[in-house]
Amino acid sequence: MIKITTILAAGLMALGLAVPAMAQEHETIHIERQPWSFGGIFGKYDEHQLQRGFQVFREVCASCHSARLMAFRNLSEEGGPGFSEEQVKALAAEYTVNDPEAEGGTRKALPSDRWPGTGQSDADLAAAFGMVPPDLSVMAKARSISSPFPQWVFNYFTTYSEGGPDYIHALLMGYEETPPEGVEVPEGKFYNHVFPGHAIGMPPPLADGQVAYAGEDGAAAPAEMLTAEQYSTDVSAFLMWMAEPHLNAQKAAGFRVLAFLIVFAVLMWFVKQRLWRKVH
Amino acid sequence: MSSHNSTYNPTNPVEKWLDDRLPLVRFGKEHLLDYPTPKNLNYWWTGGAILTFMLGVQIVTGIVLAMHYTPQIGLAFDSVEHIRRDINGGRIIQATHAVGASMFFAAVYLHIFRGLYFGSYKAPREILWILGVIIFLLMMATAFMGYVLPWGQMSFWAAAVITNIFAAIPVVGDPILQLLRGGFAVDNPTLNRFFSLHYLLPFIIAAVVGLHIWALHVPGNNNPIGVEVKSERDTVPFHPFYTMKDFFAIVVFCIPFAWFVFYAPDILGHPDNYIQANPLVTPPHIVPEWYFLPFYAILRAIDFNFILDSKLLGVIFFGGSILILFFLPWLDTSKVRSGTFRPAFKWFYWVFVANFILLTWYGAQTPDMKIIGSFTVADTSKLSVLYYFGYFIVILPLLGRFEKPRPLPNSISEAVLPASATH
Repeated sequence: MIKITTILAAGLMALGLAVPAMAQEHETIHIERQPWSFGGIFGKYDEHQLQRGFQVFREVCASCHSARLMAFRNLSEEGGPGFSEEQVKALAAEYTVNDPEAEGGTRKALPSDRWPGTGQSDADLAAAFGMVPPDLSVMAKARSISSPFPQWVFNYFTTYSEGGPDYIHALLMGYEETPPEGVEVPEGKFYNHVFPGHAIGMPPPLADGQVAYAGEDGAAAPAEMLTAEQYSTDVSAFLMWMAEPHLNAQKAAGFRVLAFLIVFAVLMWFVKQRLWRKVH
Repeated sequence: MSSHNSTYNPTNPVEKWLDDRLPLVRFGKEHLLDYPTPKNLNYWWTGGAILTFMLGVQIVTGIVLAMHYTPQIGLAFDSVEHIRRDINGGRIIQATHAVGASMFFAAVYLHIFRGLYFGSYKAPREILWILGVIIFLLMMATAFMGYVLPWGQMSFWAAAVITNIFAAIPVVGDPILQLLRGGFAVDNPTLNRFFSLHYLLPFIIAAVVGLHIWALHVPGNNNPIGVEVKSERDTVPFHPFYTMKDFFAIVVFCIPFAWFVFYAPDILGHPDNYIQANPLVTPPHIVPEWYFLPFYAILRAIDFNFILDSKLLGVIFFGGSILILFFLPWLDTSKVRSGTFRPAFKWFYWVFVANFILLTWYGAQTPDMKIIGSFTVADTSKLSVLYYFGYFIVILPLLGRFEKPRPLPNSISEAVLPASATH
């Protein structure tokens, strides 16, 4: 019979063979994990953070990056930034979209429209940055950070899925005005110690005080909220929501499903035991 | 045992009428309810039920996904996102299908390694085993083509790299490559035919599963002591004993499955697949899904010319690593089925398991990564390939001649009863 101890022994043997290799893993950039509100099995987006993040996205990112998969209506849907339908309607009306059926080929955007893009042509953007800045719709899922052994084993148990926002947050804070000695940064590129290859086409996008968050009752937000660090955290959270808009509902459903499965498994265990008592 | 007497006695005229024309109910009663099953099967024997369940899950979720998916290179990526974002419950259905593929393979590996340990491939179950290997091959093809459908960067480059393997075959390689791709490069025709085949193959798998179960019901189940059923005392009817035990196992299996689906649906995938396919940008590190890694490691380990060109040699080893399973029933010369009674076999078996896990890990690393001293993955993985093939070609044939197995119990009841006295 296969014994648990034998399985463990086999596992340990495999580990034993692999561990010396782990010690010599490639040098990787260390990226600090952030305490996201949406991490873990009970994680949920913070509405206020998503609203702030949306403001940063809209005022900063969206001038060069598109987000073709997000619709205005998403902004008022459950589990998102929690804007009201009126707010979204008013917001959409500030943008114009192309519509061949409308008079003159353009009309005001409706909540059902997708995010209209940057308003600049790809050619202009490519000329300015050397490439068309990537679409941000699912950016938070298209990037991640590397987890050295044994951390990646724990990831399965902690459900760590926030590598994207961790990477984006680190990237936005990873600019250095003077590159380390001996590093040549090509013309039109910027030094960023997080970006692979370190030479990034995106100029440092965030600076302290750049986005004027409104506090309660329309008063200005306290100064400690108006830092590049805060902006980068908020916009990373927003990008995560944009990439995974149903995360709240998914995690809530997961809790109910798992609770059901565990209770069901216990009941099935008793059914099985009772049946088999006769056989033994 | 295949000719056990039917206990079905149709009582009402409708059942009688049907039984004379199409004895469907009789068939179901014989094979799903009364089927005599060894009473000593442990939880490793619940794999069949779990796998049947997984095939069902994949087919049902897949059919729903196909209702919303668009197999066209300009639209495929966005249509998968459309499923995730705009379809009711779409994120959960899509995640179930994607995570389901991994869970399916996790279960199939446990099932295969169960068979390897307990000698389930030995006479009279060779056909049963061979059908299983065919199912495994079909699963690999299906999973690979399914992975291409979201048309992300890994999808595209996996399609390019894997189809390119066939180009190494002399003479017919290039025509096969073009047939697979529907042209000279991976493009819209590739996506279209992969979608079509990805929808077709699961039903072929279901048919082969039918044969697999048929081939199981002729000789009956193997069991943990590997001694054939001698009398009715050794068996219990499949229902309710094994239906309920399998049901319990399926529910338990669903717990980690649901854990990943709801809490970390992308943790088993690669972030690069959230970038739309771009033939002009090669990802820095192309890796297949985890369940292909051991075989990918074998393919990559053959980077030297030996009589044949390294590329062709790699393909031979890659294909051979699975094809050799077809010959396993005749390579293992031991008459004793269960590893429990084979003291030396046990050791080689567990080293084989550890080696397989190590190959999985090698497959995920870059070949130039240093392991010990100046030896890289490319060097040390060759040892693992050697052991993988050595196990089948040298160890198993010789072990049967030299190993002295422990004495076997006379029957299943004899092995079960003394233990049950302590209960």
